[in-house]
Amino acid sequence: MDNTTFGLTLTILGMSGTLISLWVLSLLISGLKKIYPIEPPAPAAGKEK
Amino acid sequence: MLWDAILAGLQGMVAGTAQFTLQHWIMIAIGCVMMWLGVAKNLEPLLLVPIGFGAVLVNVPGTGLMEGHGFLKALYDAGIITELFPILIFIGIGAMTDFGPLLENPRILLFGAAGQFGIFLTLLLALGLGFTQLEALAIGIIGACDGPTAIYVTTNYAPHLLGSVSVAAYSYMALVPILQPPIMRALTTDAERQIVMPTVKRSVSKTTKLVFPIMVTGFTAVVAPLGTPLMGMLMLGNLFREVGGLDRLAKTASNELGNIVTLLLGLTIGATMQADQFLNIKTLGIFALGLIAISLDTVMGVLFGKLMCFLTGGKVNPLIGAAGISALPMAARVVQNEGQRYNKKNHLLMHAMGANTGGQVGSIMAAAIMLSIVNALGIH
Repeated sequence: MDNTTFGLTLTILGMSGTLISLWVLSLLISGLKKIYPIEPPAPAAGKEK
Repeated sequence: MLWDAILAGLQGMVAGTAQFTLQHWIMIAIGCVMMWLGVAKNLEPLLLVPIGFGAVLVNVPGTGLMEGHGFLKALYDAGIITELFPILIFIGIGAMTDFGPLLENPRILLFGAAGQFGIFLTLLLALGLGFTQLEALAIGIIGACDGPTAIYVTTNYAPHLLGSVSVAAYSYMALVPILQPPIMRALTTDAERQIVMPTVKRSVSKTTKLVFPIMVTGFTAVVAPLGTPLMGMLMLGNLFREVGGLDRLAKTASNELGNIVTLLLGLTIGATMQADQFLNIKTLGIFALGLIAISLDTVMGVLFGKLMCFLTGGKVNPLIGAAGISALPMAARVVQNEGQRYNKKNHLLMHAMGANTGGQVGSIMAAAIMLSIVNALGIH
């Protein structure tokens, strides 16, 4: 494979592949946060009547 | 008879000294400068001091340290050729990294992608300058701004460039506070630099922090399996950190293991800086391209920041794009300092840390994708 084809293939696939992979990963993280939302703070002791 | 024996003994004692050449002295001087930068200027001292000392040791003629059963050769064979040292060091990095700011705002991970574009643009430049395809890969990876990743890729594809690529990677990482601000100022307006981003709210559950490292490892295994050793160990270290009952392992990974491997890695990298392999025109080219790689990463990161600023109607400060490179946590500190320089009330650190940890993940992902593509192209 000649250098131009090699370089352009890696640049195009590498840049787009990295961007798309991290975008998908960011969506997965957002989904994860929705599946496991932050726990509500425990009620303070001694306030119950 | 006795006189002849004494004479032969004396010749043996000065044999090494007689073999010294100008190249050896130059390399010893370079090793000393690296140690001085580490000790006196506090530039990556944990690495530059052992690398510099290794360079001094290996350039003393007649020691045999990198031949046969020499101890540096044994370390090189055991830790570099096998890729063990860079992989182990990632456990320590994972145990020290708080991905919380990234998890608070997952979209910031995209900055970690833009911050890696310099890798691929530098690869094109290296090919244009006449480096072979595999050498260009190793040079481009300096743009990952991540020493262990650079060592991992270079060991795979261009082990003869290991010394120069590693030293360039670590040196430029140490120079991030000097290299980045002029680029950030040149590409942004005063108004953009003053954009205040809201305080990061606490919105990540403990379970999310626990599942995150497992999910990222699985994702890497699917998308770019060749990067799984690096990403897997980074995430294993992070899992140690997040699982409450594994404090001992987390501390061991980030302290004892991290320190031991850093010491051995630095010494061994220094040992690859032998005069006959290091002092050539290629090394100068690698250092020049390494500088370009890290500068291009910053340019692409800030330009991506400007794009995000435009798309969000001015809610994103483009400076945080510069933290998308993987030099953790220096790049984030640079962003915080630059933000405060133009607006004292601007606290960008947590956002920048999110982009910076995204850059850590992004650099491994970029290297993994690069390895997978090269493997698919059948280039060895």
